[in-house]
Amino acid sequence: MTMTAPAKQSSAFGAIARSNTAVGLFFMLPAAVFLLCFLTYPLGLGVWLGFTDATIGRDGFFIGLENYEALARDSVFWMAVSNTIFYTLIASILKFILGLWLALILNEHLPFKSFFRAIILLPWVVPTVLSALAFWWIYDAQFSIISWSLMKLGWISGPINFLGDPNNARASVIAANVWRGIPFVAISLLAGLQTIPQSLHEAASLDGATGWQRFRFITLPMLTPIIAVVMTFSVLFTFTDFQLIYVLTKGGPVNATHLMATLSFQRGIPGGQLGEGAAIAVAMIPFLLASILFSFFGLQRRKWQQGGQD
Amino acid sequence: MSISEQTTVQPLTDDVQGMSYLNRLPRRIVVLYLPLAVFVFVLLFPFYWMAITAVKPNSQLTDYNNYSPFWVVGPTLDHIKYLLFETSYPGWLWNTVVVAVCATVLSLAASVFAAYAIERVRFSGSRPVGLLIFLAYLVPPSILFIPLAVIVFKFGMYDSKLALIFTYPTFLIPFCTWLLMGYFRSIPFELEESALVDGASRWQILIRVILPLAVPGLISAGIFAFTLSWNEFIYALTFIQSSENKTVPVGVLTELVRGDVFEWGSLMAGALFGSLPVVILYSFFVDYYVSSMTGAVKE
Repeated sequence: MTMTAPAKQSSAFGAIARSNTAVGLFFMLPAAVFLLCFLTYPLGLGVWLGFTDATIGRDGFFIGLENYEALARDSVFWMAVSNTIFYTLIASILKFILGLWLALILNEHLPFKSFFRAIILLPWVVPTVLSALAFWWIYDAQFSIISWSLMKLGWISGPINFLGDPNNARASVIAANVWRGIPFVAISLLAGLQTIPQSLHEAASLDGATGWQRFRFITLPMLTPIIAVVMTFSVLFTFTDFQLIYVLTKGGPVNATHLMATLSFQRGIPGGQLGEGAAIAVAMIPFLLASILFSFFGLQRRKWQQGGQD
Repeated sequence: MSISEQTTVQPLTDDVQGMSYLNRLPRRIVVLYLPLAVFVFVLLFPFYWMAITAVKPNSQLTDYNNYSPFWVVGPTLDHIKYLLFETSYPGWLWNTVVVAVCATVLSLAASVFAAYAIERVRFSGSRPVGLLIFLAYLVPPSILFIPLAVIVFKFGMYDSKLALIFTYPTFLIPFCTWLLMGYFRSIPFELEESALVDGASRWQILIRVILPLAVPGLISAGIFAFTLSWNEFIYALTFIQSSENKTVPVGVLTELVRGDVFEWGSLMAGALFGSLPVVILYSFFVDYYVSSMTGAVKE
């Protein structure tokens, strides 16, 4: 996507630019100071805290792997890990399928297209905590509007206990997460769809390709690079999700819906066990690295599809 | 990046109408309009439910037998009045505005310099730095909040707006820098070269040549950063203790939710009013918004 490759610059400009290392570093200074102080340092500090028994108000001593050993024996922690993986997997798949579907719909010639595109992004714009509050009310045990509607239709006999039963609670938070994630996936994929030339579709249909074949052999391959990036972002943000769970269930009922992020918060801040909380947070890093590397290498092979160099 | 890109790419996708003339109307209704209607309904219903609850009198709120829950008879402003005059809600709104504006301005300023340095000054090592900036964007707040809480406490910023103003740039700077790098890349080198030949310094080039051309990028990055800071939750929840320093998302959740009897009316009014500012901002800048979202993904 680079419009001017470095090699193509005129040599005069290159020479001046090369002599400007000092200027460049000077311009980098504000951002670098901020990021070193509040991003790199805390990242390191977090790893260190994971090896200590720090609590709120006390610095703590190095205790080696004790936190991790305790977590390895902790059934709540393993429950949180499996919940996080399950939550990320199901929510990402649903977001991808529904988002792609919505993007394909919006890519058609529709009246008021830009209006639809605008309102569809709303769930993503509104603060998660505030829309989660609306879901909390929608999932109310007694006065849920969903239960009421289904009862009116005669499909169920009593109100659904959305957040009180472990499996219902898991399904409910996933539904709320998918609701919030669809717009991001749909609008990003729509931007990708709009770069696919119609002439390819026309050529294929002249050759007798069916709608499914055109989707499978034109749309999907052309879209793959952007799908990879969008889904990486989606997976990362879903995996580290905190807000939805914190608002809807606070990890309950009986720790059944804790994600690693919420467990880390609960142990670290209200629980005061900074060391243990940090250890849980650090335990998320391998998963995050794996998904970043996966998409990075998945992307590189497909750069040519967007017209870039190999 | 994407704004200029979309305008240049669109003509390539020859006929916008494409082959849609092949589809007959009944088929279009089933394949397109029906699913679209379902999507729009599901995506917007929570907002409708939020709004209708905010103006429902308490007597109708839980009485589904006598009143249809989907409509309201005799809407009331009681919940909103309660929210504005008997809680700290206006203060939370103000805090959120202050924090979001300060964090955005700070991040934008730092990002302009950083993006310009990486993209145009091209000092040795600028490419790895660009990659590091992108990786920094992928570091989620949920693994940073515990060590950051320790740091914030050590710096004596705990329970103050400063704590948020200084920590929000951790996710704003990488994002804005990445976005602005894309914009700067689309500005022709020739403009800079001729300014250099005329004897302009780097600083003058940035201020007089690059920034005026990058205004759409600055707007995109700015409103997006503002929204991200407005929506931020975990840092605000962790670093802020006292009611008068809370932001809207934290305030509504921790102060309006009390005991077992939920005042759904005022809670939903709080959620509605906390969402409105970003929604209004969004409605004015939809295209910038979309371009910054897709721009960050496309690079």
